[in-house]
Amino acid sequence: MDAKMLQARLLELIRRTSCELPPDVIREIEKGWRREKSDTNAKYAFGVIRDNIGLAAVKSQPLCQDTGTIICDVARPDWVSERAFRAAFEKAVDEATRVGYLRQNSVDSVTGRNSGNNLGPGSPVIHFHETTARSLTARLMLKGGGCENVGAQYSLPDTSLGAGRDLEGVRICVLDAVHKAQGKGCGPGVLGVCIGGDRATGYVASKETLLRSLDDANEDPVLAKLERRLLDEANTLGIGPMGFGGATTLLGVKITARNRVPASFFVSVSYMCWAYRRDGFQLSAAGKIAKWLYD
Amino acid sequence: MLLEAPFTEEKMRALKVGDLVEITGVVYTGRDAVHKYLHDGGKPPVVLRDAIIYHCGPVVVKEGGRWVVKAAGPTTSIREEPFQGPLMEQYGLRGVIGKGGMGPKTLAACQKVGACYLHAVGGAAQVLAECVTDVLGVHMMEEFGSPEAIWEFRVARFPAVVTMDSHGKSLHASVASASAEVLSRLLKP
Repeated sequence: MDAKMLQARLLELIRRTSCELPPDVIREIEKGWRREKSDTNAKYAFGVIRDNIGLAAVKSQPLCQDTGTIICDVARPDWVSERAFRAAFEKAVDEATRVGYLRQNSVDSVTGRNSGNNLGPGSPVIHFHETTARSLTARLMLKGGGCENVGAQYSLPDTSLGAGRDLEGVRICVLDAVHKAQGKGCGPGVLGVCIGGDRATGYVASKETLLRSLDDANEDPVLAKLERRLLDEANTLGIGPMGFGGATTLLGVKITARNRVPASFFVSVSYMCWAYRRDGFQLSAAGKIAKWLYD
Repeated sequence: MLLEAPFTEEKMRALKVGDLVEITGVVYTGRDAVHKYLHDGGKPPVVLRDAIIYHCGPVVVKEGGRWVVKAAGPTTSIREEPFQGPLMEQYGLRGVIGKGGMGPKTLAACQKVGACYLHAVGGAAQVLAECVTDVLGVHMMEEFGSPEAIWEFRVARFPAVVTMDSHGKSLHASVASASAEVLSRLLKP
């Protein structure tokens, strides 16, 4: 596949991610909408959310104007180098910004200048893994600033919360994070949680776990149980969509774990908004999109 | 209910927490850079008396020589908490559209000047962009870049929920305290 074709396929991945929510996310939003009582602000918020999902797909325009941090996770076969992939992806990002699938969203942190094309130090984010498979797998997440700002990292023990170094301590941290977020992260949200790791890898893993399908079950039965419990408990808080009050505070909880050094015990929580923009495809060496990963 | 320009004190005082409104008239976008600039004493390029500020960094592109709004939902308002109250009082702002709610300083200013916080549905950039019927102009584009510039939007039937009113009520404060009670029960050993 030549560079132009790779760029075109990546542009389509960006367009689809920015404009169309994957079916697993839509299913959970529909459940939330049905759960809320009629004539409430919560039901109204879900109504607007549902209209917006439909409109964005039809118009092929961004679901949310904050097209977020651009995070791409790539399983890279040997027919494309990291350098070539990055070059093609950056061109696709530049073009996506010009046509309005992405907002001009990358700002120099020292001068305050907007680069105008989403390119600059640290943008876009690409995580590479090598694969022996023939096809390339790329997953893309667009994570808006509102939800990123309500993410949180805890170092256990946390005496102010009464959270110790065990799963009960993890549970306390996660519920605290949901309560502190209120409606500011554009709930109902989805949590990615990492137990352990260091401060950097914990946050990275908390985002990677958001690449899972919403309706899968954790392979670890202990974490699977904790995910279900936290989802149920968070939904009794009554924060509701947009923080308007209501029965749907979260759409999902995904938990992963990393080994830690004996002295550290971090709990890292990434909050994803209802506009859970993540998609992915498998791309053959000839440039054919063999499969969309969340359909 | 309809909330149509001119946005008078009387109209804003009549609104109560929980009301669904549809806003028709001109609104000005303004977010972090604009609020800091005005708070630092910068001269506003538009008339802010009786105006509604929209916390929004839209996606706007030029097509065939005219501005086209591609996405225009609200951004998180609480970042403007240090500036909003003083600006409301200094310029006589009548309302703020945003998301996530604001704090006690802004609530007190709403009470004092007769203004409301109007909560749009976050992430609903397409539904809300459809309500922008005209882009009347853009200011401070050079200085701040497109998302941070002041866009002058004519909107029609722009939907929002009143979550902070001019009578001292805040839905955000009441949801925060009710959910804190549930949380403390969940965390009881």
